[in-house]
Amino acid sequence: MRAIALSLVAVVTATALAACGDDAEPGAEVTLLTHDSFALPDSVFDAFRRETGLTLKVVKSGDAGQLASTVSLTPGSPKADAVFGIDNTFASRPIQAGALEPYASPMAAGGAADYAIPGSNNELTAVDRGDVCLNVDESWYAARSEEPPKSLRDLSDPKYAAESVLLDPGTSSPGMSFLLSTIGVFSDGWQDYWKTVTAGGASIVSGWEIAYNQKFSAGEGKGDKPIVLSYASSPAATPGTSALLDSCFRQVEYVGVLKGTENPSGARKLVDFMLGAEVQAALPSAMYVYPVQKDTPLPDGWQQRAPVPPWTVSLPPAYIAQNREKWLEQWREAVGR
Amino acid sequence: MARAVARGRRPVTAGRLGGLALRVVPAGFILILFIWPLGALVRRAVDTGSDVGVGELFRRTHALDLLGFTLWQAAASTVLALVVAAPMVWLIARVDIPGSALLMVIVTVPFVLPTVVVGVAFRALLDGPLAFAHIGSGLWPILLAHAFLNVAVVARVVGAAWRSLDPRQAEAAQSLGAGRVRAFLTVVAPRLMPAVGAAAALVFLFCSTSFGVIVVLGNGEIRTLETEIYTQAIGYFRIPEAVALSMVQIVVVVAALSVTRMFTDPGGGGSGARPVETRFRPYGRGWLPVAAAVAWTVVVLVGPLAVLALRSVRPGADGTWTLDGYRALSESVNGVTPLETLRYSLGTAALAMVIALVVGLLAAVAMHRSRGVWAATGNLVATIPLGISAVTLGFGYLLVLAALPPDVASSGLVIPCVQALIAIPVIMRIALPALSSVPGRLREAAATLGAGPLRVFLTVDLPLIGRALCAAGGFAFVMALGEFGATSFLARADTTTLPVLIGSALNRPGADNLATAMAASMLLVGVTTLAVVVVEALRPRTGALL
Repeated sequence: MRAIALSLVAVVTATALAACGDDAEPGAEVTLLTHDSFALPDSVFDAFRRETGLTLKVVKSGDAGQLASTVSLTPGSPKADAVFGIDNTFASRPIQAGALEPYASPMAAGGAADYAIPGSNNELTAVDRGDVCLNVDESWYAARSEEPPKSLRDLSDPKYAAESVLLDPGTSSPGMSFLLSTIGVFSDGWQDYWKTVTAGGASIVSGWEIAYNQKFSAGEGKGDKPIVLSYASSPAATPGTSALLDSCFRQVEYVGVLKGTENPSGARKLVDFMLGAEVQAALPSAMYVYPVQKDTPLPDGWQQRAPVPPWTVSLPPAYIAQNREKWLEQWREAVGR
Repeated sequence: MARAVARGRRPVTAGRLGGLALRVVPAGFILILFIWPLGALVRRAVDTGSDVGVGELFRRTHALDLLGFTLWQAAASTVLALVVAAPMVWLIARVDIPGSALLMVIVTVPFVLPTVVVGVAFRALLDGPLAFAHIGSGLWPILLAHAFLNVAVVARVVGAAWRSLDPRQAEAAQSLGAGRVRAFLTVVAPRLMPAVGAAAALVFLFCSTSFGVIVVLGNGEIRTLETEIYTQAIGYFRIPEAVALSMVQIVVVVAALSVTRMFTDPGGGGSGARPVETRFRPYGRGWLPVAAAVAWTVVVLVGPLAVLALRSVRPGADGTWTLDGYRALSESVNGVTPLETLRYSLGTAALAMVIALVVGLLAAVAMHRSRGVWAATGNLVATIPLGISAVTLGFGYLLVLAALPPDVASSGLVIPCVQALIAIPVIMRIALPALSSVPGRLREAAATLGAGPLRVFLTVDLPLIGRALCAAGGFAFVMALGEFGATSFLARADTTTLPVLIGSALNRPGADNLATAMAASMLLVGVTTLAVVVVEALRPRTGALL
């Protein structure tokens, strides 16, 4: 028992020391609240320190939905200085809660302004777009000398429906985006489309990782479905596949200054920095998304294999928020869940 | 039943203070870390106001259907976990074979794996090699995954209790002509019932608030109270609905505790424990059941882990071998490498373990001494955090921390305390049966000879329950290292815990990301293994005094 007691004391002391030892001088930092998937190379962090003299700290808080809720729950007493990663399906939540400080970045004119949220007051500034589209395993069809589908409408054909794996919009954010795609494309006919696709034998799973890494024939699991719901950028990582460019929903990720921050100037510098060439060029390889600033070069091979979709469905965030629950219930009814 | 210590010669004030601390510390801890945040959220829900009454909220969210299904799947998962774990418990408690310490490690490891990894692994198993069974998704895979995850709980809680039983009664029964089976059924089983009940209650609660497994394996078609709370709170940002459903979850906790009471015979408890080796070495035909139990353990627990290990070096089904996944663990993301954040996770988990052990032991002793209404109430309140949705707790913490000065809110103690809160009910359930098995006569003898209550506890109880406490501590550590949803709302700057890293790597295309996720899972398995080995090595073999 003595050994235990001693080791426990040692552990507590060590932890206590560690907890006290990591405070840099205050005021020289900017804290960014973001989602779990946020990742940027170290060079970007170094560049931020060089350009602004500030150290960038990152706090991760769950998925995009949890992030939006976290920010909206305590408007005016934020956990950080800025927030990145709230997308257009959740954007109206923190704006309505009054959790964001308006800021019109001078950098936005370079392209980000095109994605501004209608009716808002610059609370959020666009940083990147990740378009959700159907992906097709072209090699699979080529090996069978069959024609791959050309459009999301082709899934009404039972042959293609049975070869596709889609996502539940209730449990998956790309799933929600594709539901919005179908609402944008078919307007009042979207429920019939889903009924037809389900009757044709499409499988619907709860999350992207199961769909892509296990069911998709070109994914790591070498499954038996050559059509999967993923992103326009996925073919960049998976040769032999391509995205159906008429099925895409435009998912935009935004950055914003948190109301009540003790470091508003640092937060604004961070917003500008996210629109700068350094971050914009690093986004595709780091997070599989497209930059919003014009004239940002894409990594090698993206232009051929994973180009930016020329046309996407886009719906106003407030409209999505108002109808999210109703659409989900109608979707469940349509697919018989 | 053990009686409180007879009054010896001791300073009254010290004794009073000690008795007070026993109750005040755990009560204060739970008040600050649970009642306060939950109260803050309830108040917010009332302030937000809903255009409808509570009854309408329940109707609108299908609360009763969800409650029914939640109870049913948790009960079915619990029964399955008990059945699956039974041979392993027997191995741990009764058989002394080479490598039995390894066994303790193997049963504990699954518990630390992020549920999303378990879900994905089971999905791969059931859609791949086991596709003929046609249970790729739905209720069965959920029950199986829950059983796999919770074997550790049953093995630890029941195994610890069985090891501390005095073997002489069973020996006496056998010498009086009872067969082995009869001796077990009439002598051992009744004494194990409290521990079985405690384990069942814990598993029941873990399964009722399960989220990742339900979502991944239930395909979005299966909904429980927990998944609906997530949908209401995160999907629609409807706090009144989420809070109303969380209140329904308390019914689940009460149900779980009632189950425990059914098992537990309040008049039971120890009439003498010997901290001696009570396990037998198999010989001859005695190896048959042992070999069968070992084989069972390997198939159930090592199988899925082996799949993970294989995928970490061979991520694609078509198979190129690579160590890139492991290399990625030392590559910096956002300026921090996964290995660096592991150090942070370990420190936090160790701190959480210490806090949970201290508070949980105080609570167990307090409960042991005050039977009746107070004990039952304390038990209920201390257990509720296990049965409340992670999202609800997380929202509560956000509200409370926003109202506190930044220094407190950003303190490094917040996360370990939250992790400890969840581990305390587990520690209580391991420590209480152990305390009950300490013979009251020993305490009385010590008190008669002039030892005060604290001295009695340190010299009589502690050495006898040390083994059980070690098991509890190791378990608390593993719980803190694994994932607990509420802590994701409280993340600190520049820390990416391994479960978070695994989740985000799983959400990106390409073989390298999949390999990283699997390698990080294996790292978690490795660290858990080490932690359990250390705890097992520290376990007192004899009644050594502190």
